[in-house]
Amino acid sequence: MTTKALSIFDRSILVPAVVNAFRKLHPRGMVRNPVMFVTLAGAVVTTAELAAAPFRGEDIGFILQIAVWLWFTVLFANFAEAMAEGRGKAQAATLRKSRTQTLANRRGRGGFLETVPAETLRKNDVMVVKAGEVIPTDGDVIEGAATVDESAITGESAPVIRESGGDRSAVTGGTRVLSDEIVVRVTADPGESFMDHMITLVEGASRQKTPNEIALTILLAALTIIFLIVIMTLKPFGVYSRVTFSIPVLVALLVCLIPTTIGGLLSAIGIAGIDRLVQKNVLAMSGRAVEAAGDVDVLLLDKTGTITIGNRQASEFFPAAGVKPEELAAIAQMASFADETPEGKSIVFLAKGFGLRGRELHDLSHAQFVPFTAKTRMSGVDVENRQYRKGAADAIREFIGTALPAEVEADVDRISQMGGTPLVVADSQKVFGVIYLKDIVKGGLPDRFKRFRAMGIRTIMITGDNPLTAATIAKEAGLDDFLAEARPEDKLALIRREQAAGHLVAMTGDGTNDAPALAQADVGVAMNSGTQAAKEAGNMVDLDSNPTKLIEIVEIGKQLLMTRGALTTFSVANDVAKYFAIIPAMLVATFPQIAALNVMNLHSSRSAILSAIIFNALIIVALIPIALRGVTFRPMGAVAILRRNLLIYGLGGLVAPFIGIKLIDIAITWLHLA
Amino acid sequence: MNPMGWLQLFVFIFLLVALTKPLGLYLVRVFDPEAGTFVDPVIKPVERLFYRFLGINPAEEQDWKGYAASLLIFSVVGMLFTYGILRLQQWLPLNPQGLGPLSPDLAFNTSASFTTNTNWQSYVGESTMSYFSQMVALSFHNFASAAVGGAVAAALVRGVSRDKMAGIGNFWVDLIRQSLYLYLPLCLLLAVFLVSQGMIQNFSPYASAKTIETGAVQTIAQGPVASQVAIKMLGTNGGGFMNANASHPYENPTPLSNFLQMLAIFAIPSSLTYYLGRMVKNQKHGWSVWSAMFLLFLAGVLVCWWAESRGNPRLTALGVDAAYGSMEGKEVRFGIFNSALFATITTDASCGAVNAMHDSFTPLGGLVPLFNMQLGEVVFGGVGSGLYGMMIFVVLAIFLAGLMIGRTPEYLGKKIEAFDVKAAALAVLIPAVLLLGFTAWATISRWGIAGLNNSGPHGFSEILYAFTSAINNNGSAFAGLSANTPWYNTTLGLAMLCGRFFVIIPVLALAGNLAGKKTVPQSAGSFPAFGPTFTLLLVGTILLVGSLTFLPALSLGPVVEHFLMINSQNLF
Repeated sequence: MTTKALSIFDRSILVPAVVNAFRKLHPRGMVRNPVMFVTLAGAVVTTAELAAAPFRGEDIGFILQIAVWLWFTVLFANFAEAMAEGRGKAQAATLRKSRTQTLANRRGRGGFLETVPAETLRKNDVMVVKAGEVIPTDGDVIEGAATVDESAITGESAPVIRESGGDRSAVTGGTRVLSDEIVVRVTADPGESFMDHMITLVEGASRQKTPNEIALTILLAALTIIFLIVIMTLKPFGVYSRVTFSIPVLVALLVCLIPTTIGGLLSAIGIAGIDRLVQKNVLAMSGRAVEAAGDVDVLLLDKTGTITIGNRQASEFFPAAGVKPEELAAIAQMASFADETPEGKSIVFLAKGFGLRGRELHDLSHAQFVPFTAKTRMSGVDVENRQYRKGAADAIREFIGTALPAEVEADVDRISQMGGTPLVVADSQKVFGVIYLKDIVKGGLPDRFKRFRAMGIRTIMITGDNPLTAATIAKEAGLDDFLAEARPEDKLALIRREQAAGHLVAMTGDGTNDAPALAQADVGVAMNSGTQAAKEAGNMVDLDSNPTKLIEIVEIGKQLLMTRGALTTFSVANDVAKYFAIIPAMLVATFPQIAALNVMNLHSSRSAILSAIIFNALIIVALIPIALRGVTFRPMGAVAILRRNLLIYGLGGLVAPFIGIKLIDIAITWLHLA
Repeated sequence: MNPMGWLQLFVFIFLLVALTKPLGLYLVRVFDPEAGTFVDPVIKPVERLFYRFLGINPAEEQDWKGYAASLLIFSVVGMLFTYGILRLQQWLPLNPQGLGPLSPDLAFNTSASFTTNTNWQSYVGESTMSYFSQMVALSFHNFASAAVGGAVAAALVRGVSRDKMAGIGNFWVDLIRQSLYLYLPLCLLLAVFLVSQGMIQNFSPYASAKTIETGAVQTIAQGPVASQVAIKMLGTNGGGFMNANASHPYENPTPLSNFLQMLAIFAIPSSLTYYLGRMVKNQKHGWSVWSAMFLLFLAGVLVCWWAESRGNPRLTALGVDAAYGSMEGKEVRFGIFNSALFATITTDASCGAVNAMHDSFTPLGGLVPLFNMQLGEVVFGGVGSGLYGMMIFVVLAIFLAGLMIGRTPEYLGKKIEAFDVKAAALAVLIPAVLLLGFTAWATISRWGIAGLNNSGPHGFSEILYAFTSAINNNGSAFAGLSANTPWYNTTLGLAMLCGRFFVIIPVLALAGNLAGKKTVPQSAGSFPAFGPTFTLLLVGTILLVGSLTFLPALSLGPVVEHFLMINSQNLF
């Protein structure tokens, strides 16, 4: 996916959104949103009143302004939704462009290759893709290995390796093979490939309301019904009290009272939430999954890649009895010069701290390097009859043919217990000591997990290590719990256990054996580099294949729900000020004494009503950036978050319209609009 | 606002707080058929007898539909029973005055009124009801309707506290246990105490007395008053034995009886919040709900007291001493403070007993009782109905603001989803729509206007008050409205039935749905349903919903009347 970040109000989105705001006026779409449908109906009624006004000898100007602002209210809400959809549509268009007509080399019945259009490929067909060709559709590599450029979907230009067997066998349609040739079994029928899914998802074409959105819509509909009754009964109350309420004024009051702010922005918030995930290169298969991410309270995190960087590093030397630390460092360095692995390099780097800078490779011109093999489990160097080796304790034991010295054995045990990997350094006769290789916990994690704990989220590390090692790393990284010596089925059992206790669980996974757990988890994030089975089992796919992103996914889910709640609270709290603007304005002609309720000291009845309706329309536009970006997210405990947001959006929602309506009143009075 | 008033208010609050925990703990036992109480030796055999006689297995629980069906059947049968007695009272015993049958519309209105715990009285007690009608037809409901309210509250509390269960209790068991273990013993104690204060309790014919006016003879009504008054207050019924209700010397003889009656109104509703906290294993939640109720109560008392003690500026202009406050329509024995406190309590709880005429309150003083009822009778509220009404607002408040913590809203571990929102919204929507609808009909119909004794905003307040009181099952009247007409009897009767049962059904549905959900464990990230923030949020939600719904109507009634009073020369 092109990760070119579009600003929220990019021109390429703005212009189509304005057009779409009008297109969305179609009642069939509007009826899905009860609040805005009532507003639309109000706009229509007021327009009809406007048309009738000249025949009744009524003043047109005032009714015209009300009608115009009612139409604006509807259009602004539509515009917000169109804006939210705009970014996804732009991305979908880019994706479509990259998917040109491709041809496929399908292996026919007799084993012959035939060239067919990509659309004719069906599941379980077998195709051959050569270097330089675009992979026609999704599949699993069944023969060979190749480097593939997946930048079309991930935006990452570095090629990746795809090979048969194992967890890196899935290839995606639309990506390009750079080298070698692979035989691929097709896994998706036309229209169902990953790319197709992705286009539908970012476009939001198949968007359905999420459970929480449905519940909120019910509440908003209930509020709308209450206000409809309030307004409808005002007419007979007015007959009794000898107050005449004109239809446009009643409609204006109704539209001010029904929660148009949240009603108008609700779908935009949902779309923008999914879009924010897309910006992070995560595809959510449904809005429901994003909502669930906000509710997650248990995170299962794989140790390698998520909590620790993949490689271990040398952190300390433990010399044997009678060996100076410098001596051990020198030998260890020598044994690692030829070792290009990150572990080997880290040993050289550590040894430099002992002032062993001078020795260079040419000093060892006669040396013979012994690389690491799975059989010997050692590596080293042979110099002038001496064989320097570093390796696992039992491998070295075998190499020297005798038991290790007692103090070295003790160091080996101690390092294991601390969660590290001990490497013993020796030559053919003598044991020099032990190198302590340590798992490196990614920076900033303990702090992050601490904030998660404050939010009531428990983090559990999953690792194949022994419990001792696991406990040490879990402690260092600040995790709440760990599952050691974990097999895939243990992972599944753990998820089931947590869920039975009422928790919602999120996890990441890439292998086929992760698929059941991914499917069971409430939020299962599959790595794009993983197998097809894993991707199908999860409800999100991370295109960057970065397991740490799980944390950001949870944050985006929470932010989505917070934005929805904040704007709902704001919207409802706004009504108080609108009452103070409109009620005195409506009654003052009959009961002049009620002018005392005009606390904002608005200029006239008409300016008061107009100011309220204008504020009501403009606030939708003003809040579009918050709806699209989401409210500021701060990981804190629920009590603190609630207090903070109630202050900002509850109290703010009470106060802001008093100021806003007054300012608009001053403006329209100055412009002689009322 | 004199020091004696402040002192009384303080003592009242102190005793209310002191009562809440012990009575709450007792309620936990009352609502648990397995639990024993100290009255078991006497009452347990009676309870067993009831079960055997009615063929009830107390261990068998009902789902919400079964519970609702039992409740409705019980209420319908009870209402028909009362209707029958009222229509046939001339042939029934204990009728020394030989009072005739009630008209069909009045009998409908009265039986609906007592079935729904409203106790709206379109009739004049002492000149309409025989002792038998008072004691059997009406008193039966005073016990039963209170128990129905308590049962629904217990069912909802069970819904919140249970984890993945279908049952929300057994209606018949809840009904019988409350009557036997709660109301009977408490009423016995209270009635004896009230008799000690001089309240009458007899079956005598009415007495005649020569007054100091020459030749004038006054008929003084008699009757079994104390026993009726005890359940009238404890069951938040409020239907007076006498027409003058708690301002009649026989029905409220001393300051102490007045004080205790007020305390009796709040006793059970207040303790139910403790029961809630105990059942959901979060006593802080119980006290937070209590605090929300308390804050709304306190604000109401203070506004009402302040408004009444300021007096009426128009009367002050005519030379009436403002220092005595607005004494029109108040018992001199009780004065401003006790009238204001009683009016606030009786309308906070859906009691409806009165010791002063709310119609005569100043516009703002009268606004308080009216608005209290419009908030949905959740400020302590009726027995049971106050708690379940409040919990509906808890659900709505949590749903509105709960999203702001970044999780789908949860009420003590129960996720609030579409069904729950639907049920809660209906429970708020139905009374609001009925209230405004009926009032609108009355204000433009011949029959509605015919009952008015005042015109203008005050007349509007009278109609609004009548339907507010009926729909929220309060039963107090603004007076000034001649409501004993076929139109008012029928519409108010329907309003009471709808306002009661169209709320109970969604509440039970909510209870059943919550009970069936799994309970999400509480953590630092869960919605904090306790503490000052939550309490203020709850108070804010109640005030917002109430004022947004009723502000336009109130503006045309008491609000405009207030401004007319202080800003014009018109005298009301």
